[in-house]
Amino acid sequence: MTGTLNLKELLTSNIRQSGILLALVVIVAFFSVLHPSFLTPGNLTNIVLQYSYILILAIGMIIVIIGGHIDLSVGSLVALTGATAAVVSIRNGMPWWVGVLAALAVGVLAGCWQGLWVAYVGIPAFIVTLAGMLIFRGLTFQVLDNVSLSPFGGTYYQIANGFQNGILGGYGVDVFTLVIFAVAVLGYAVNAWRQRRAAVAYEQEVGALPLFVLKIVAVGAVVMWFGFQLAQSRGLPNVLILLAVLILIYGLVTQKTVFGRNVYAIGGNLTAAKLSGVKVKKVNFLIFVNMGLLSGIAGVVFSSRMNGAQPGAGNMFELDAIAACFIGGAAVTGGVGRVTGAMIGGLIMAVMSNGMQLMGAEQSTQQLIKGLVLLLAVAFDVYNKRRAGN
Amino acid sequence: MSDTILEMRGITKTFPGVKALEDVNLEVRRGEIHAICGENGAGKSTLMKVLSGVYPHGTYEGDILLEGEPVRFSSINDSEANGVVIIHQELALVPHLSIAENMYLGNERRGRGGLIDWHRTNRDATELMDRVGLHELPVTKIGHVGVGKQQLVEIAKALSKDVRLLILDEPTAALNDNDSEHLLGLLRQLRDQGVTCIMISHKLGEIADIADRTTIIRDGRTIETLDMSEADATQDRIIRGMVGRDMEHRYPERDAHVGEEMLRVESWRVHHPTQADRVVIEDASFSVRAGEVVGIAGLMGAGRTELMMSIFGRSYGRGISGRVLKQGQEVDVSTVSRAIGHGIAYATEDRKAYGLNLIDDVRHNTSAAGLDQLSRFGWVNGLEELKVAQDYRRDLNTRTPSVLNSVGKLSGGNQQKVVLAKWLFTDPDVLILDEPTRGIDVGAKYEIYTIINRMVAAGKAVVVISSELPELLGISDRIYTLAFGRITGELPVAEATQERLMSLMTMDKEGAAR
Repeated sequence: MTGTLNLKELLTSNIRQSGILLALVVIVAFFSVLHPSFLTPGNLTNIVLQYSYILILAIGMIIVIIGGHIDLSVGSLVALTGATAAVVSIRNGMPWWVGVLAALAVGVLAGCWQGLWVAYVGIPAFIVTLAGMLIFRGLTFQVLDNVSLSPFGGTYYQIANGFQNGILGGYGVDVFTLVIFAVAVLGYAVNAWRQRRAAVAYEQEVGALPLFVLKIVAVGAVVMWFGFQLAQSRGLPNVLILLAVLILIYGLVTQKTVFGRNVYAIGGNLTAAKLSGVKVKKVNFLIFVNMGLLSGIAGVVFSSRMNGAQPGAGNMFELDAIAACFIGGAAVTGGVGRVTGAMIGGLIMAVMSNGMQLMGAEQSTQQLIKGLVLLLAVAFDVYNKRRAGN
Repeated sequence: MSDTILEMRGITKTFPGVKALEDVNLEVRRGEIHAICGENGAGKSTLMKVLSGVYPHGTYEGDILLEGEPVRFSSINDSEANGVVIIHQELALVPHLSIAENMYLGNERRGRGGLIDWHRTNRDATELMDRVGLHELPVTKIGHVGVGKQQLVEIAKALSKDVRLLILDEPTAALNDNDSEHLLGLLRQLRDQGVTCIMISHKLGEIADIADRTTIIRDGRTIETLDMSEADATQDRIIRGMVGRDMEHRYPERDAHVGEEMLRVESWRVHHPTQADRVVIEDASFSVRAGEVVGIAGLMGAGRTELMMSIFGRSYGRGISGRVLKQGQEVDVSTVSRAIGHGIAYATEDRKAYGLNLIDDVRHNTSAAGLDQLSRFGWVNGLEELKVAQDYRRDLNTRTPSVLNSVGKLSGGNQQKVVLAKWLFTDPDVLILDEPTRGIDVGAKYEIYTIINRMVAAGKAVVVISSELPELLGISDRIYTLAFGRITGELPVAEATQERLMSLMTMDKEGAAR
């Protein structure tokens, strides 16, 4: 049944994804009209730097949520892993990379701890991670002796604050940044083309060719424009490279691996997954180990950005990460969601926060509006689902 | 007043893109039991939803006359106020509430100050329970009584609303024969008390037994209404009306080529998962050969599903003992993946709850148990997966626009085919099918039987659990009977009759132990 779909079919067949993408575009347009400096190179760079750790957390969180769980402890774990790095590298003067490894190890260990309770003892993740939220926060205070540690300085500081630029020169516009973005766009286009050819070979319906080309060109143009803005400012942020690599890896892990497929199966119908031979305990355990690892990475990025560790760091990060996932189309009951969706959801949160800060909105107004957006996004989803159900 | 209690005239109901009902007419007489039958998707449930106000007035065309008066229901509350009560196939009861609480849910017996009068609630509930022949305490939690009794609670609940027209959607689908018998007896009794019943049913024997008249619906149209007392109102005629073709052979022909023994289970013993001292399966031994269809007969609660699920990776029960031999060798089937590895597959009786991930697509459900074959080093070959799903769709004639469509939107028969595809893809030697044709229509049943025949022709061993004895007799080579967790008999199909099977299935505990 080879056939092609027109624009309307393409959009309606994926109303969730296109809906939130549209919302992001509208919000960006809204702020760029209201505030001239919103779309400037410097501010776009800032958005990336300010919200990278939330996006990293959202990558792990979307897997947790697809599996039908929740993790409330990631904010505390960001603090604990950051504190670990600070104790190792600042207080004990070890090299920066020992601090990073220690932070990641603590993250993985904490993930093992929570995974053990959820998967093998069978305690609901809500309870386990609520306990984890308290435990890890308490440990952070103990590790830091109730005081902040700073500064990291040097290479550790560069993780979240450094840029790759000037490698290939350029006059006010960094050539290296542009080259990296061009390679990424090219890779995207080639991959999309190969997928399309394979889909046709396997008799699948694909979008009409002009639409396909239009989509590639549109995505390419937006990405290149974004790259050009960065190149005009300080170049390619290190965290953006890290984030891109993580998104790529976890996009593949969720969509192309047996592990990823098992996560969807468990979240969609636990009993059916068990009766199909899925090793449910092992998969659940790994979900939390992975969340621990990503919390460790986020902890390193955040402490690097702050150039130090504070006992109260990472407060409420879990809620931002969870909100990003649900705005990005994840289902509360599990089994539904995508890494790309969570990233778009996270960007919506990021752009809104940044935009409102630029406009000088109060913290209270910001929270209020972010809460309403979360509610509306999920309500839109529920409405769509109900309509499709009839 | 006429003796017609309900008339539905020229009912047409369209959903976007689909005409679910077209010019349907239904006339129900006072004090009769009126059966409605038709294949799945024929429009029976839609018609009942129109009648009960689930689809409010204005969303359909045509007229509904109750007692000769035109009525326009805008909600279920509306229809219930007029004495039209529908009992759905999936019972709407809250498991943690008591029988009495469930009965008066939304219709609470209030006393002074608007507070609930529990004494009156329980007393009234007891009265109604007596009327339906349910002997339980009104304070018993509904989750603690069986499906058969829950069905009675639903009927009692309907009676509490002064029902004039009771609509039952497949009331006996989940009941065993004893409970069904009791329920049908109750319906007769209610009819004699003046309650008119409309009953949707797939069980033709039941319809012949109880219905005064039967209306057949096919493809959203009324075909005919039969007076069941007439001599020509035969089951064959109903089937002909439902499927629009003659069904001379309800079970496809097959030449049995029974080979070597494939699976043998010896002295199997299983304890209840939560009540550790309760034995659910006691000393069960059975075997199945290559190229053979073995039927498992037993009443609800006899332990058929429990027996098979405990063998399949200990998915049921605890304290399991006994031996499983595959082609003469003892094998370890203590986890589901090991059981699958030894070539055993189990397709569950409850495909929606245990068999499928309803929110995912046909493709992923097809590969769910066989991802190992599609992956290397943990990476799934997505295109190969797509090809497998498409091959099975073609092979089993699964009706879906694309394998990328969600399984939840398919009809029961097509969902069952996806479950079968999932297990066929694991390439099993022994396929255990638990109620493979439950809740699916006659045409799809025939297709499922054909698939079973193809599997045994390919040298596989098939075990079929079924509550429908004619089905077991039609497709099996050999039948075991189960009662109270023990195997009470083994008959070659040539020696088996419904009566013999039933007497083995109803053997009492002492007889079963012998």
